Amino acid sequence: MQFTFKSATAMLALTTALALPASAELTGDLRIFFNDQNPAPRAAMEGMVERFQEMHPDLNIELTLIDREANKTQIRNYLTANAPDVNGWYAGNRMRPYVNAGLFEDVSDLWDGPMGEELASTRAALTLDDRQWGVPYTYYQWGIYYRADIYEELGLTPAATWEEELANCEAILASGRKCYTIGTRFLWTAGGWFDYLNLRTHGYDFHMALTANEIPWTDDRVRETFANWRTLLDMGAFIDNHTAYTWQEAQPYLVNGQAAAYLMGNFLVEPLRDAGITDDQLGFYQFPEITPGIPKAEDAPTDTLHIPAQAQNKEAARAFLLYVASAENQTIANEVLGQLPINSQAQVADDKFIQAGFEMLSNATGGIAQFFDRDADAEMASAGMEGFQEFMVMPDNLDAILNRLENVRQRMLED
Amino acid sequence: MAAPVLSEPAATSQRSFWRRNQMRLAPWLFLAPGIAFFAVYVIFPIFQSFHISLYRWDGLGEARFIGMQNYERLFDDPAFYTSLKNNLRWLLLYLLAIPGGLFIALFLNQQVRGIRLYKSLFFFPFVISQVVVGLVFAWFYNPSIGLLNPLLGLFGAGPVNILGNPNTVTYGIIAAGLWPQVAYCMILYLTGLNAVDPEQVEAARLDGAKGWRMLWYVILPQLRPATFIAVVVTVIGALRSFDMISVMTNGGPFGSSRVLAYYMFEVSLSEYGFRMGYGAAIAVILFLIMMVYIAFFLWRMWREERGA
Repeated sequence: MQFTFKSATAMLALTTALALPASAELTGDLRIFFNDQNPAPRAAMEGMVERFQEMHPDLNIELTLIDREANKTQIRNYLTANAPDVNGWYAGNRMRPYVNAGLFEDVSDLWDGPMGEELASTRAALTLDDRQWGVPYTYYQWGIYYRADIYEELGLTPAATWEEELANCEAILASGRKCYTIGTRFLWTAGGWFDYLNLRTHGYDFHMALTANEIPWTDDRVRETFANWRTLLDMGAFIDNHTAYTWQEAQPYLVNGQAAAYLMGNFLVEPLRDAGITDDQLGFYQFPEITPGIPKAEDAPTDTLHIPAQAQNKEAARAFLLYVASAENQTIANEVLGQLPINSQAQVADDKFIQAGFEMLSNATGGIAQFFDRDADAEMASAGMEGFQEFMVMPDNLDAILNRLENVRQRMLED
Repeated sequence: MAAPVLSEPAATSQRSFWRRNQMRLAPWLFLAPGIAFFAVYVIFPIFQSFHISLYRWDGLGEARFIGMQNYERLFDDPAFYTSLKNNLRWLLLYLLAIPGGLFIALFLNQQVRGIRLYKSLFFFPFVISQVVVGLVFAWFYNPSIGLLNPLLGLFGAGPVNILGNPNTVTYGIIAAGLWPQVAYCMILYLTGLNAVDPEQVEAARLDGAKGWRMLWYVILPQLRPATFIAVVVTVIGALRSFDMISVMTNGGPFGSSRVLAYYMFEVSLSEYGFRMGYGAAIAVILFLIMMVYIAFFLWRMWREERGA
C-alpha cells in the first residue's frame, strides 16, 4: 500500500512539497539520523521533529541520535547501506566525498524556491559543482572569549589591532597568567588559530585559495602567517602541555583564571556558564586586525541536514528540510541551541553572546569561512592540523612541516 | 545398522561410500565450519587487501588502478617510518612483561594465609578492558589533574607531560599496556610453577643448587611451555596495541605515537581518512612483517611435533 502510493506520487512530490509544505499528505516512515546527543542540540532536534509531526500526523517519524564524533565515521556506512531519509552533517568541502560518490541527494530544487533567498548567506557553503546538497539549520561564530574581570583588574580593554593584542598579552603574562588556553589533543583547536591568523594576515581570498590547494604551503605569505603565530609562541602566550588536553580539559584554565582568553566557537559559553562563570565575568571580542585594511572575514561553521541518495521517503524528507529551513523553525530551534539562525527572516535570541555574534557576522565584509577542516579536503585538513599542532610545540620545525604539507598538496593535485 | 543397508539396495552405494570414507571425512566435516569462517574472514581479506592496495579508492566511489604507486608513496612517507619504529619499540619493550610476570609469579608462589587474595589482586588488571586501562593511565599522566606529577614531586622530579611529548608518549602507552600484560604472564607462570616437579627441586637442593642457579638450571627449563605461550601472547599483544593508542592519544601528538595498525586505520577509516588503497598497502606491509613471526612460530611447532 505504502509503496505503491509512494511511487505514484514520486513525480508529484516535489511540486506538492514546494507549494504546500504544511498541507501535503505525507505518509509512510521518515527516518532521521541526527548527529548530536548533547542536551541542547538534542532538545532542538526533538522540538523540530515534534512540530513537524503535528503538521503531518500520518507520517511515522523515527529519530535516531548519533554521537557527534561517532557519526563522522558511521556516515559512510549508513549512506551506502540502509540509508535514513535525512541525516546530519556539515557544509563546505566536508560534503565532498559523499557528493562525489553520489551518496547525497541534489536538493537544488529546494534552493531554487523562496527558501534559497532566505538562506542566501550560506548558499555558497552548501554548493559543490554548482548544485546544492543540503539545508543548514544553524551556525555559530568563532571569536575570543575573555575574562572581563581579569581584563578589568589589569586595566585592559579588548584589542582591536595586533599591536594592542600583543601589548595586552604582555600585561597578562606579567600578572602571572597565560594569555590563551587551548587543548590541542584533538588538533582542530589549532586549526581555529591558523584560520584566524591567516584570515587576518592575508584575507579571505588567500585563505580560501590556500585551503583549495591553489597556493603552495611553502609560499612566503604562508610563512608570514606562521611568523605572527610564532610571536605569540615565543612570548609563551599559550598554556603549557596543551597537547595533552581536549578542548574541554582546557576550560578550567579560563574558569580558574590561570588563562585570560580562549579562541573558540560560541558553544564554549554553555559549559562556562555551567562552571559558574557569570555573563559579567565573560566577554567576547572579534579577533583583532593584523594587516591593516583587509576586510575582516570570520569562521562560522554551518551545521546541515542532507537527504541520502538512497533514502526511501524523499518527498517527506524534502518537506522536512523545507520546514527546518523556515524562519519559524530556525527561530525556535536556535533559541534552544543557543546559536544563530541562518534564515534571514528568523529572530535572533536575546543573549549577549549570540547578539554579539550576529552583529559581527552581519558585518563580516571579508567573507564567511567554514573552518579549516571543512574548507580543506579531508586529507589536507588532517595533515594540516597535525602540522599546526607540531608547530605550536616545536616552532623550529616549520620548514619541515611546510615541506610536508606541500608534499601532500602536490600529491592531491596529481590524484 | 547392517540390516537396513541390505534391505535398501538403492542406497547401498551411497552408504557404503560414506562407510568406506567415514574415517577420512569425519575430521573434515568437523573442521568445515571453522575452515569456512577462516577462509571468508581471514584468508579472503588478505588477498582482498593485496588487491585494494593497487588502487586509489576513497571507499565510496570508483576505484582506479594505479599499480604500485601506493607502495612508492608509503616508502617516502615519514609517518610510515615513525609508525614502524614505534611497532619495534612495542615489540621489544612489551617483552619485559615476561620477566616481570615470572618475577611476580615466583614471589606469589608460596603458602601464606590469604595468598589467593593477593594472587587475584595481581591478576586484576588483566580482567579490566584495555580501553579502561588506557583511560585510567591517561588520567594518571594528565599534567593538570593526574597523580603522576605530584608523585614525582615527592622525589623532587619535575612535572612531565608524558602523553603530550613526542619523545615520551610511546613509552607512556607501553607502560600502560605492560600493566595488564605482566598480570597475564604472571598467571601463565603460576600455573607453570604448579607443574614443577618437587622431586627434581629436592634433588637439586641436595646437590647444593640454590638461588639463581636453581632458577636457571632447574626451574626455568621446566617452565619452557609457559615461557613459549607467554612469548606468543605478548608478541600478539604488542601487535594489537591499537586500542590503547586510540584511547590515550589518537596517535598524537602530531602522529608520534602511531603504530602501523593505527596509521592504517587513520588514513583509511578515521574522520579524515578516505585512502583505502593506501591503508591497504600499510596492511600488506604489516602482514608481511607479521609473516616473519608467524613463519618462525609455525617452524617451531613443526620441529617440536617432529621431535615428539
